[in-house]
Amino acid sequence: MDRQIRRLGFAFVALFALLFAQVAYVQVFAADRIAGEPADAARQIRAEYSVERGQILAADERTVLAESVKNPDPNSPYAFLRKYPGRELYGQLTGYYSRIYGFSGLEDALNPYLSGTAPEFTAQNLTDILLGRPKVGGTVLTTILPSLQRVARDALGSHQGAVVALDPGTGNVLAMYSNPGYDPNPLSTGTDAQINTAWNALISDPQRPLVSKAFQELYLPGSTFKLVTASAALENGWGPDKSWPNPHVLDLPQSSSTLQNFGNELCPSGGPPTVTMAQAFTSSCNVTFGQIGLHLGADKLSAQAHRYGFCPILPPDQVTCAEPTIPFILPWNSGRFPEPAYFNENLPKVALSAVGLDNDKQNPLQLALESAAIANGGLMYAPRLVTEVRDSAGRTVKVFDKQDYANPISVHTADQMRQMMISVVTSGTGTAAQIPGTTVAGKTGTATNCGPVPNCNIPPNAWFTAFAPAGSGQTPTIAVAVIVLDGGNLGSEATGGLVAAPIAKQVIQAYLKG
Amino acid sequence: MSAVAVPAAASKTRRARTGFGLLILAVAGSLVAYALQGLGLHGEVPGNLAIYGVIFAGASVGGWLVVRYAARSADPAIYPVAVLLGGLGLAMLYRLMDERGRVDIAQDQAVWLLIGLACFAVTLLVLRDIRQLDSYTYTIGLAGIVLLLLPIVPGIGYSINGARLWVNFGFLQFQPAEFGRVLIVIFLASYLSQRRELLAAGVGRFGLPRVKDLGPLLLAWGTSLAVLLLERDVGASLLLFGVFVVMVWVATGRSSYLVLGIVLFAIGAYIGWLALPHIQERVVIWFHALDPQNVNGIGYQLAQGWFAFASGGMVGTGLGLGSPTFIPYVGSDFILAAFGEELGMLGVAGILLLYLVLIGRGLRIGVERQDTFGKLLAVGLTTVVGLQVFTIAAGVLRLIPLTGVPLPLVSYGGTSRVATFVILALLVRASAGAWYRVRKGP
Repeated sequence: MDRQIRRLGFAFVALFALLFAQVAYVQVFAADRIAGEPADAARQIRAEYSVERGQILAADERTVLAESVKNPDPNSPYAFLRKYPGRELYGQLTGYYSRIYGFSGLEDALNPYLSGTAPEFTAQNLTDILLGRPKVGGTVLTTILPSLQRVARDALGSHQGAVVALDPGTGNVLAMYSNPGYDPNPLSTGTDAQINTAWNALISDPQRPLVSKAFQELYLPGSTFKLVTASAALENGWGPDKSWPNPHVLDLPQSSSTLQNFGNELCPSGGPPTVTMAQAFTSSCNVTFGQIGLHLGADKLSAQAHRYGFCPILPPDQVTCAEPTIPFILPWNSGRFPEPAYFNENLPKVALSAVGLDNDKQNPLQLALESAAIANGGLMYAPRLVTEVRDSAGRTVKVFDKQDYANPISVHTADQMRQMMISVVTSGTGTAAQIPGTTVAGKTGTATNCGPVPNCNIPPNAWFTAFAPAGSGQTPTIAVAVIVLDGGNLGSEATGGLVAAPIAKQVIQAYLKG
Repeated sequence: MSAVAVPAAASKTRRARTGFGLLILAVAGSLVAYALQGLGLHGEVPGNLAIYGVIFAGASVGGWLVVRYAARSADPAIYPVAVLLGGLGLAMLYRLMDERGRVDIAQDQAVWLLIGLACFAVTLLVLRDIRQLDSYTYTIGLAGIVLLLLPIVPGIGYSINGARLWVNFGFLQFQPAEFGRVLIVIFLASYLSQRRELLAAGVGRFGLPRVKDLGPLLLAWGTSLAVLLLERDVGASLLLFGVFVVMVWVATGRSSYLVLGIVLFAIGAYIGWLALPHIQERVVIWFHALDPQNVNGIGYQLAQGWFAFASGGMVGTGLGLGSPTFIPYVGSDFILAAFGEELGMLGVAGILLLYLVLIGRGLRIGVERQDTFGKLLAVGLTTVVGLQVFTIAAGVLRLIPLTGVPLPLVSYGGTSRVATFVILALLVRASAGAWYRVRKGP
């Protein structure tokens, strides 16, 4: 009998070994996969909501962009509620934190810090466990200036469009607003039905408020692309005073089509037989820049665009980029410009691309980065929205340093570009951006929404970009880019200089006044 | 192993000291768990920690004193392990029921733990020698069958969640099968110890025993099948049959009984499969709990338990800090998943190891006992507990189809708690009798 009892003991040990093996499998080896199953979402979200998520603060370290407050309902499974006191003002930056629709924006990008699960928090979390303190997430400091953000929103007013303001010397995002914005509060708190209603309203809105026009949507650059074409010419050794033939329209090679100046006008006014690049830049002459593009050739034009951070595409098959060329903490779309191969045997498209048409794409953040690089003597910093993360005791646990991205142009070229951009504001298409006592450098753009249809009546998109103070010996402290969609309140009469430049002016003026 | 023989008296003293040390650890562990679940849930230790601690420690030490008084040389580990399992289970039940707003349920279970301890003490005090039980073979067997089949009786038996396990005498509701099982084990130990030679020898070409000797065994098998078909209680039927096969095998030493048992089990399982749709459903859930069409339907409980284990990881979320209340009936069948979520793999492994200690001590008593009845009783009682732990743990962990039996001493369930304490009292008693060989050396 004893032998059977011992065997029985071994049998129990074997059975329990099976249990131990299965426990190790489900709790350790396959744990992450199992716990990440979609059907387990309720438990994951509840675990997340039981942590006091960190705040997102503006650059002044006081203005709250996002915070967690104790749920007044003691019976709710969610211990904390996420609040966005600025509502739609910062919505596209903070993103939403929804138990049904997930996270977006900084809530998503910095989730490990905000929820306190990042490796930097390990020591603090262990201390909290030992002292029986509840876990608290990290506080995120952004670069946003609340006053400037409000100015940007108010300056846009009822226009659909967006404003981006950068500090050229650091890449700091001073303001970034797109109209219409959205309020993340209804997506983040409320009953399931309320959250669903808010979500459905947002995703069915034709103006796409969940997608930022400042850094996610893409538009034709129009004449603002002359920043890139002019930079390529200057880098190629063709100075601002080099003279170019000035026909009324440019006959495009290999085809019967032509490139016209804006409104098919003579450019500059009077239509002199020759024109310098500086004059053509000031008046934004398409004919001249089409020629410059053709003379530079696809290789040089494309190379310059890519140095500015436009990502290479190869239409018509490949028109998207795997990831943005210029790093940014939020998911964004950098500008797009075709690879040289696209222009093989198709020279008319070189001329069109040189003036920001055809397959060129950008948004205000891309454009502001170009202006900032010119303002900063040719050195482009990647845009920075977050400077640091602090733990609940106020200690800095993570620093996001400024990050130089590239030198798209030389110091000399940057200086020549600055002079030409000053002329745009003093005597060219951008006079509406003049600020008394301050030298402003800028460039306008008016991009058709007609596609290939000539002379349609659809209102164009109006662009303007500028930086200041731009006087000799001055270090510019702000670079701005503005887009107003569909002509704003001027309809088909709209131009970048008329609609977008005044908005950029208000933002610059407010910033320089302090 | 020390080569020096230790006098029996010194050995007993050491056993007592070891046992009391273990008991202190068990009480401390239980109270720390109780304090931590309050900290985790509410950020502060429970307000009644002091009074809870005094009662828990007092009752535990009381039980210990009874062991010292009534069974001086008894096994030192069984009782402290039982106290720790009971204390951990109670802490978890407080944590779960608090979150559901039903602390009263946990308090009921605390009272049941006290009743269990009392029954443990009374069993030791009344029964001074387990061989007293050997004298009432058929009375006990009959009583066991009556208890097992009592829920079928119209008027007093009733069903909860599809299984007809309960009887209601108006003043008292309980699951008689928990005690019926213990009586059946005593009957089998008694019967087999008298007939083991006849059963082992066998007659005829295939060496099968006479039908006359097999009769009571077939009756036991029939009873377990009746439990399955009439009460729809898969778990109880499985346990009963498993214990029955193991005891016959140990008594006779003949492996052919194991084969016969497996064949009978297969027949019984097939009959159950045909007769009871909910057994078919259990098997479907076992394989397909996480399939999208089941995960929020029939597979929800098993899937949530599975997720609870997974989200616990290596060390768990900490007591009171997970979300085990997503699991339906988490306090009864799925309490191991709650431990998995909040104490992690290490916690679950620890709890399983405690049971393995109980099983090891129980089988050890079987080896050390010098009388056949005592050996078989110890083996049978240990197997009841061990199989029960494996059945529910493997079911929750998706190693076998889930059958709802309580996790002994830990789960919600008053009858089970008391019955397990009676089983442990019988084991402790068996380890301290005249027929127990006093070992030389540590």
